[in-house]
Amino acid sequence: MKHKTFFWFILPTFLAMLIFIFLPIISVVLQSVHTPHENVLITVENCDPFGCKKVTSIDHEATKNLKQSEPLGKFVGLDIYFDRGHLAIENFKLIWNNSENIFSFIQSLSNLPFYKAVFFTLTFTFTVTPIMLLLGLLIALGVNSISKKLRGIVIFFSLLPMIVTPLIGSIILFWMIDSRGIIGNLIQWLFNDPNLSLKASTTLTWIMLIVYGVWHAIPFSFIVFYAGLQTVPKDQLESAKIDGANKFEEVIYIIIPHLMPLITFVTLMQLMDNFRVFEPIVGFSAEAHATSLSWIIFNDLGGETRQLSAAATSSILTIIGVIILLSPVLLRTWKDFKFKK
Amino acid sequence: MNLIKTPFFITSFLFFLIKNSFACEIKARVSVVGNEFPAIQTVGAGAKKCKGAEVKTNLTADHQKINVAGMSSEPAEYTSAIVANTSIVALLNNDLIRPLDDLVKKHGSKLKKNQLITINGKVMAVAFMANAQHLVYRKDILEKLNISVPKTYEEMLSAAKKIRASGLAKNPVGGAYKAGWNLAQEFNNMFIGYGGKHFKGNTPEPNVNSDAGKKALNMMKSLSEYMNPDFLTHDSNATNAEFRAGNVILMNMWGSRAATLTDADGVSDAVKKGMNIAGPMTVGGGNIPASTLFWDGWTVAKKISDAEAEATFIAMMNAIDPSIIKDEKVRKQAVWLLDGYTPTDAARGVFAAAKMNTTPYPMLPYAGLMHSAIGAEIADFMQGKENAKKTLSDIEDAYRAAAKEKGFL
Repeated sequence: MKHKTFFWFILPTFLAMLIFIFLPIISVVLQSVHTPHENVLITVENCDPFGCKKVTSIDHEATKNLKQSEPLGKFVGLDIYFDRGHLAIENFKLIWNNSENIFSFIQSLSNLPFYKAVFFTLTFTFTVTPIMLLLGLLIALGVNSISKKLRGIVIFFSLLPMIVTPLIGSIILFWMIDSRGIIGNLIQWLFNDPNLSLKASTTLTWIMLIVYGVWHAIPFSFIVFYAGLQTVPKDQLESAKIDGANKFEEVIYIIIPHLMPLITFVTLMQLMDNFRVFEPIVGFSAEAHATSLSWIIFNDLGGETRQLSAAATSSILTIIGVIILLSPVLLRTWKDFKFKK
Repeated sequence: MNLIKTPFFITSFLFFLIKNSFACEIKARVSVVGNEFPAIQTVGAGAKKCKGAEVKTNLTADHQKINVAGMSSEPAEYTSAIVANTSIVALLNNDLIRPLDDLVKKHGSKLKKNQLITINGKVMAVAFMANAQHLVYRKDILEKLNISVPKTYEEMLSAAKKIRASGLAKNPVGGAYKAGWNLAQEFNNMFIGYGGKHFKGNTPEPNVNSDAGKKALNMMKSLSEYMNPDFLTHDSNATNAEFRAGNVILMNMWGSRAATLTDADGVSDAVKKGMNIAGPMTVGGGNIPASTLFWDGWTVAKKISDAEAEATFIAMMNAIDPSIIKDEKVRKQAVWLLDGYTPTDAARGVFAAAKMNTTPYPMLPYAGLMHSAIGAEIADFMQGKENAKKTLSDIEDAYRAAAKEKGFL
C-alpha cells in the first residue's frame, strides 16, 4: 500500500483512538499526580431536627481562591502512588523487614488493599485463562465431531453464558448458591454439612468467582476455536491417519499448531478481560473476600467519598499491570513477525 | 336530582378539578435525584403532581454515586437532591447546593422551624422525616420462650442463645452486616453506644483505635455468631427478607423499612402478627443507645437558574405538604417531621430513639472517608483473619491515607 493511501485509510481510526483513548489516559495521568487543595476548616453552628451543635465545616470562600488559581489541584508527584491505598512503600518495607518467611510476608501484604486486590486479580487471571482455553478447545472439538443436524442447537446453547449480561448472570448465580438456594442446598446435602456456606468462606468465594469466570468466558474461546477448526486442511489429517496417528495425536500435532495464532489471540483477549474482573465481585457481593483493581477504582469513585486522585492512580496502575501481563505474548508475536520477514 | 342541587354539584366538581390542577403551578424544569425507600417514593410522586413544566425524578439506591456528578455540571442536571445527614456532606464539600433562606421566606410558610437544616446560620436543606435503627422482633416467639424484650445488646445475645437452644430458629439474629457502608454503620452504632468518639475533638484526626472500638468489634463478632453465615453479604433488603421468611427473630433495622416490612407477598401470618417494634438498644451499660439518628430532606442545586430553583422549591414544598399524611398509608411510611403528624405504631422505634438522646450522625466533611475506611477494613476482623487492635489501626491508616489525599490532614 502506498504511504498516502495508508495514511487516509488509518486516519479515522487514529483520530478516534487519540480522542477516546489517548487523551483520556493523559487526563487520568494528570489527575493521579494532583490532589484536591487542602481544605480550610472552620467551626460553625449547624442545626437539624435534633438540635444545634458546633461542628467542623469547610470554608468555601477561603478555599475558592486557591481552587481558581490552580483548578487541577495541588501537585503531589507520585505521593498517591506510594500511599497506603496503593503501592504502600512504607508499609511494604516494614512488612519485608518483619516477616520471617515468604508466607507470612504474603499474608501481611494481603492486608493492604492494593496488594489484596492484585493477589485476587492475578489468581483469577491465571486460573480462568488456561482452564477456559482448554475447555473451549474441548467443546469446539466435541461440537465439530457431532452430526451436522444437531450442531446449530448445540452451538446456541454453548453460547448462552456469553449472551447473559455478566452482572445479571452473577446475581442469578448469587441466589442459586445461597445457603437456601438450589445449588447451595445441594452442596450442603452432598457434603452432609448443614452449615456449609459458599458465601461465608474466602476460599470457596474465590473458587466460585473462578468457576463463574470460566463459565462466562468459555463461549468466546469455543466459538473462535470452532471457526478455526473449519479451516484445518483435510489432506493433512488424512495423511496423518494413513501414517497411523490416533485422534489424540491428530489434535496435538496438527490441529493445535494450526490453531496457534487463534490461541494467541484468545489468550491476549482473555488475559486483558480477566485482569479487569469486576462484575462478578459486585454481583456476588464478594467484596469482603475478594477485591480486584477495577473494584477498587469503582469503590473510590462512588459513594460519599469520591476519591478521584486515588481512582486515577489505581487506573494507571491497572494499565501498567495489563502492559506487563501482555508483554510476553506481544514480544512473541513481534518475534514471529520479524522471523517471517 | 332536583334543579338546585345539580349546578351545585357541577360547580363543586369544577372547583375540585381546579383546586387539584392548580394546586402546584411551576414555571421551570424540576429534576429530583434520591434514594428509593417508600417515603421517598411518596415525595417523588408528590413533586411530579406539579403542572406547568417538566418534573423528572430519578429515585435509586445508587443516588449517592450520581448526585455529585449530576449537580456539578453547568447547568446542573438535577435541580434537587434528596439526601440524609450522611449524604448531604458530599454536596456541601463540593459547594453544590444553595442557601434557601429567601425561598423559605417566600414559599415556606408551612415549614416548622425544626425542619430547617442550617449550616453556619444558612438554611441548606429542608428535612421531612427522621430515621434511626432500632429493634424489630417477633413478639410471639419471645413470649413463647418467656424472654423479655431486649433493651441492651447483652440481653439480645442471651435471648439469641435461648432461641437457638429452643430450636425455633437456627440463626435468630439479623443485621445489615454487608461489607462496606452497612457494616461500617453497624460499627458506628456500637462504637457510639460504648461512648466512642470517631475524631479527636473538632479535628479530622481519627480516634477509633480505642477501648470503645475494641469492645464494639467484639460485640459485633459475638452477634454475628447468631447470624446467617452469609451475613457479610446481607444488606438491609436481604436482612428483611430473612425476617419475612421467619428465619430472623431479633434484628436492628431502619425505622424507614419497619412500617412496610411485612407488606410483601408470601409473608406468613405468624410473621405478620408476631412482628413488633421497640426502641434502640444500649450496650456495655451505657445510657446512649447504640444507634444513630438520621434526617432525610431535600436540597436545591446551586448551579441552576433562580427560576429553576424557585420551581424546584415550590414542587418540593408541594411534595411534603402536611396534607399528604392524611393518607394512613403514607402516614405510616416514615416518622414525618411535618406539621400535624402524630406517630403511628410503626414509628415507635424512631421516637424512642429520639427520646433516648440517640446521637445524630455527624455532618462532618470527613465523616464519609472514615465511614468507608471502616467498611473496608472490618470485614477481615469479622472473618477472624485478624485481631481487633490490628483492624482498628488499619482503619486509622486507611482513613489517614484518604484524608491526606482529600486535603483534610
